[in-house]
Amino acid sequence: MAGLLDLTVAAATAKIASGEVSAAEYFEAWRAAAAGDDLNAYLWQVEDPSNYEVEEGPLSGIPVAVKDIFCTEGAPTTAGSRILEGYRPPYTATAVRRLDAAGARVLGKTNMDEFAMGSSNENSAYGPVLNPWDRGRVPGGSSGGSAAVVAGGLAPCAIGTDTGGSIRQPASLCGIVGLKPTYGSISRYGMIAFASSLDQCGPLTRDVTDAALLLAALQGRDPCDSTSVGIEGGIVAPSREDLKGLRFGVPAELSGDDFDAGVRANFEATLARIESLGGEIAEVTLPSAEHGISAYYVLAPAEASSNLARYDGVRYGMRSESSGDLLEMYENTRAEGFGPEVKRRIMLGTYALSSGYYDAYYGQAQKVRTRIAEDFNEAFAAVDFVVTPTSPSVAFGLGEKTDDPLSMYLNDFFTVPMSLAGIPAISIPSGLAEPEGGGPELPVGFQIAAPAFAEQKLLEAAYALERGIGFEARPEGVDG
Amino acid sequence: MAEGAHELEAVIGLEIHVQLATRTKMFCGCALSFGDEPNVHTCPVCLAHPGVLPVPNEQAILYALQIGLALGCEIAPHSIFHRKNYFYPDSPKAYQISQFDIPIASNGRLGEVRIHRAHLEEDAAKMIHVGGSGRIHGSGASLVDFNRGGTPLVEIVTEPDLRSAAEAAQWARLLRETVRQLGVSDVNMEEGSLRVDANVSVRPAGSDTLGTKTELKNMNSFRFLQRGVEAELERQRELIGAGGTVTQETLHFDPVSGSLTSLRSKEESHDYRYFPEPDLVPLAPTERMLREAREALPELPAARIERYEGDLGLSRDIAMTLATDPEKATFFEETLAAGDAGAVPVANWVTGELAAALRQAEENDVKPQVTIASLAALIELVQAKKISHGSGKTVLAALVAEGGDPAAIVEREGLAQIADSGELEAIVAAAVTANPEAAEQIKAGNPKAIGAIVGAVMKETKGRADGGEVNRLIKEQLGG
Repeated sequence: MAGLLDLTVAAATAKIASGEVSAAEYFEAWRAAAAGDDLNAYLWQVEDPSNYEVEEGPLSGIPVAVKDIFCTEGAPTTAGSRILEGYRPPYTATAVRRLDAAGARVLGKTNMDEFAMGSSNENSAYGPVLNPWDRGRVPGGSSGGSAAVVAGGLAPCAIGTDTGGSIRQPASLCGIVGLKPTYGSISRYGMIAFASSLDQCGPLTRDVTDAALLLAALQGRDPCDSTSVGIEGGIVAPSREDLKGLRFGVPAELSGDDFDAGVRANFEATLARIESLGGEIAEVTLPSAEHGISAYYVLAPAEASSNLARYDGVRYGMRSESSGDLLEMYENTRAEGFGPEVKRRIMLGTYALSSGYYDAYYGQAQKVRTRIAEDFNEAFAAVDFVVTPTSPSVAFGLGEKTDDPLSMYLNDFFTVPMSLAGIPAISIPSGLAEPEGGGPELPVGFQIAAPAFAEQKLLEAAYALERGIGFEARPEGVDG
Repeated sequence: MAEGAHELEAVIGLEIHVQLATRTKMFCGCALSFGDEPNVHTCPVCLAHPGVLPVPNEQAILYALQIGLALGCEIAPHSIFHRKNYFYPDSPKAYQISQFDIPIASNGRLGEVRIHRAHLEEDAAKMIHVGGSGRIHGSGASLVDFNRGGTPLVEIVTEPDLRSAAEAAQWARLLRETVRQLGVSDVNMEEGSLRVDANVSVRPAGSDTLGTKTELKNMNSFRFLQRGVEAELERQRELIGAGGTVTQETLHFDPVSGSLTSLRSKEESHDYRYFPEPDLVPLAPTERMLREAREALPELPAARIERYEGDLGLSRDIAMTLATDPEKATFFEETLAAGDAGAVPVANWVTGELAAALRQAEENDVKPQVTIASLAALIELVQAKKISHGSGKTVLAALVAEGGDPAAIVEREGLAQIADSGELEAIVAAAVTANPEAAEQIKAGNPKAIGAIVGAVMKETKGRADGGEVNRLIKEQLGG
């Protein structure tokens, strides 16, 4: 059945709609593929559905891999944490419901860094996900499972969440498309919170058209999420063939020291490709962006310290066996239930919000955030898009950075500023490059960022560039 | 007690929590309830399941606006919700959503007391400690009832403008009546829909610096409020009189023993790590909401008291009696409008004779038949001295029992006042002659003795004589 698995989502929906392929046949083919997961990418897979009836809609019959951060009624939902082991939510996230309403069906729940905190998927309580391009390397994170299943031929498409790069960076490291939409375009209801003011759901797909297809179904205002607004006018499949008249801004602050030589060469080749498609390259300045990581690692942990306080062993999830009094129950449950990175960020965030330190840390970081948003506004007055490499390197080795949190945090260097500004950004595969220190070539991602709610324009440009690049490489053993 | 301790002036401020009588909770769709089986009014949101988000209750915002406007506050164009972080099983999110630096209403006044602020927040769940003292320490187990968790609250904070325990209790009554008449809360102190805490300090009379305050909790009636504040003032005065100093702490008042016990000292106070709630957007009341809130305001007690005292010349007592009973006040105003009698006699009749007659009717299980027009006509007859005040009461009793026209009742019962002064003079003369002892005492300068002669005249005339005229005639005849 390899033929069925080769299809993009857009192609599969056409075949299902015309009756050439049945929804059941298609779903079963993917269920069989997913069952062969040897990447530790799935934490749960759907059992044989009793019927294959699906809603009529733009995604009729499409199986979707869902990051285990989305609540799914009755199905295990762990957010990659021990503390939620065995938890089965009493409700389903809006994003998943919207996919369901469009005719899609959950294929499985994907592994992830615990509570979305991480850039390598090594922070999962259920073991790391392996990169399908090289099983000795990480798939990126935190949506590493979602990226690996799409790249590894275990799902046709997936959804993930991006707080500081958690969709774009793993998409880049796995050679697929990952889109982080504007903050507020997709409901966060039922998406387990890491940093509420930054978290945003988005698709991980084989190509830009599929990303548009999923975004069209996912986006929209949700009365259950006061911060959701949706995308005015909706989203349609992109069709632009060139980049004529479009200006792409490269931040002057990008220096060669920030990233690997192979990534740099690929980035420059992609800029040349843009010009060959009629686009124009210009320099822009984002003077505050260099403080993005510092601000992000104050704000996100601060919100996380509060968001994760509800995991106390009282109402659901894990409760420590050795609980004497209330305080002991809290302390032991959280000591046993959370992994080291989560604890590190809870400590950081609690400190940043403490009386006497609030202004110096949280207050200051908010100011940086405002400045970064202003930087982007000014840049977008002169150019249509801002472009950067998605990640400073190709996929790195398992265990390579686990002892050095700071170097791990720097993986988000190119993706965090867009998150802080709340604007949409997409990572598309732009070629292969040799890792530092040699070895087989691995995927490189190219990031394009656009003004808030300019998703359609962003998808059009990404679509034209994707066609221009013509990235066809697949991991060994994966068809399509 | 040391000399001079009594010269310490009391400085009291109140913090009042008002549970709003909305249909549903502050941030979810669960119904409000009191006394239902535990944990039946809950959902993923108010149980703080992973991934849920709060959605503000519009009715609660409208009620908070009404309270703010009724207290003469400025309404913030953009008020902000914060998270108040603390671990306790009554707080399933481990934070309370409350307003912090920008409350919905501020800078108001009710009566003589300035309002510092009024803000919206959510109530905690109810804890029941099983075994032991009923407090958590020493209890065998603790149960949580989440029915109450998430009930909308408005917290009203006064400036420290109250100068005695009695004044504090009286002002709190005015506040409760004001909120009650808004119809936004049940304001039942025993059930906890109105909860009053007091901040108490003392300072040398005339000083304008504030002394160290203590906070008194758990006073679930106005009587207990007064007694608790009295006890605490006494304690502080004795302490300072003995050369000691007050330490800042939170105290629990036990109304049974009258004792105060410390709940926690300043050192033990929590660091709540407040930060803006990222799941909610700023609260910006629309023009329409403000207009609706304004239009929904009835005339409130403080305004009524002022109008009745200032414009209508009623005594403070009667003005307050009417202002705290809107039904009676309406009856008063309509009766006043229906006839030519002055405000003072109409108010006296409505709060005195009518109130007594209605009470009597209720006791006898009689449906009162008196109408506004008939009462107005009756008061006019009395004022015009067509009937005596005593006959007026007889007519009122008839009106309450069977209704009808006061003039017709006067005619039927022969209650018309004796108009012929010659006839009355003769009856008075006979009464003076028949009561020589009383007459002697009056002549000797004992005015109280006049009662016996007046009584005899009234008996003879069956109450149809004008009391004032009878008094005048007695004094005239006895040369007084």
